Amino acid sequence: MHELAITQGILSVVLEAAEAARARRVLTIDLTVGALTGYAEDPIRFYFDLLSRGTPAEGAILRIRREPGQGHCQTCGATFPVEPPLSPACPFCGSVEIRIHGGTHCLVERIEVEDEDEHPGGEGHPSGQ
Amino acid sequence: MRTNIPVVKAILQANEAVASENRTAFDAAGLLAVNLMSSPGAGKTSLILATVERLPDTLKVGVIEGDIASTLDAERIAARNIPVVQINTGGACHLDAPMIRSALPHLPLTALDLLFIENVGNLVCPAEFDLGAHLNIVIASVPEGHDKPYKYPGMFQKADGVVLNKADLLEILDFDLEAFRHGLRILRPDAPLFILSCRTGDGLETWIDWLMGQYRLRRERHGR
Ligand SMILES: Nc1nc2c(ncn2[C@@H]2O[C@H](COP(=O)(O)OP(=O)(O)OP(=O)(O)O)[C@@H](O)[C@H]2O)c(=O)[nH]1
Ligand SMILES: [Mg+2]
Ligand SMILES: [Zn+2]
Repeated sequence: MHELAITQGILSVVLEAAEAARARRVLTIDLTVGALTGYAEDPIRFYFDLLSRGTPAEGAILRIRREPGQGHCQTCGATFPVEPPLSPACPFCGSVEIRIHGGTHCLVERIEVEDEDEHPGGEGHPSGQ
Repeated sequence: MRTNIPVVKAILQANEAVASENRTAFDAAGLLAVNLMSSPGAGKTSLILATVERLPDTLKVGVIEGDIASTLDAERIAARNIPVVQINTGGACHLDAPMIRSALPHLPLTALDLLFIENVGNLVCPAEFDLGAHLNIVIASVPEGHDKPYKYPGMFQKADGVVLNKADLLEILDFDLEAFRHGLRILRPDAPLFILSCRTGDGLETWIDWLMGQYRLRRERHGR
């Protein structure tokens, strides 16, 4: 259930960008979702389908890139991706002197849209395909 | 025609904009706003009550209570004659910045020195929704187990301070304090940890001293 509110956020950023571009329909959406946030992909897709109905983003394909956290070992210098549940030690040398950063971004990276038909004064009639 | 449009915008940008308005309002009022986050039942309300009891009388405290539906916690606060505003999130599992903004007109902001915001009990969403508070405090409690920083790293990354409550149960339960400390250290080596018990009062002094220190820093910065 945690994903409802961020999916509303996704939709409003997408619709705003689509409107600014005078797009008729949103075809694909590229998202980054940080792995350390605890947000999961499937519920985002589920809520997106629900919330986008009747909007220009209905039916858009969601491409979700999961941004892992960054582990850094202060003993051997290795950097490595991390996902929850975190492991307490470096996967390379076993040292517990590690630090974890990042993995918390939630961004709409880009959208692909179908442009509005270019007839003068046209206010984007819903497309009857 | 298909067109690619680079967007690169934070999904919660609308919330973040309101959060900075809230922060401005807090600064203008010269108060310190503290957002308390935890899983359900870790002791947010208990910590507010135990803290207020031990603060100097001259310090004026207000509370915003976030709750999915009930008003029970707000009643516990109001029973101590503390100004309190209840926000029912109507099912949402976190507070957001617009909810806080709409609560502010119901509080005597300029008369307050300290504002506690009790978030909804949840270790996921509250971390993502900035409220505009100056301090984000995460409360964990001994019965939840020591693995919380490992399972909910996003929440602990946001912590400016961490309280481990129900320390009176450390003797009884098999909570591995070193593992908990380590989980916190790998995420936020700079965040202080306060091990305390709202029940016995043990450890509360250190937390309150730190909080008062933070309050004085705020006041110096916003000279009032
Ligand atoms: N043993 C022990 N119990 C505590 C302590 N602090 C709080 N409790 C108990 O834990 C329970 C939950 O405390 P609350 O303060 O209501 O927790 P909360 O985080 O506000 O709960 P929600 O608002 O429902 O999420 C109550 O029964 C408290 O009496 C403590 O230090 N030790
Ligand atoms: Mg409570
Ligand atoms: Zn290593």
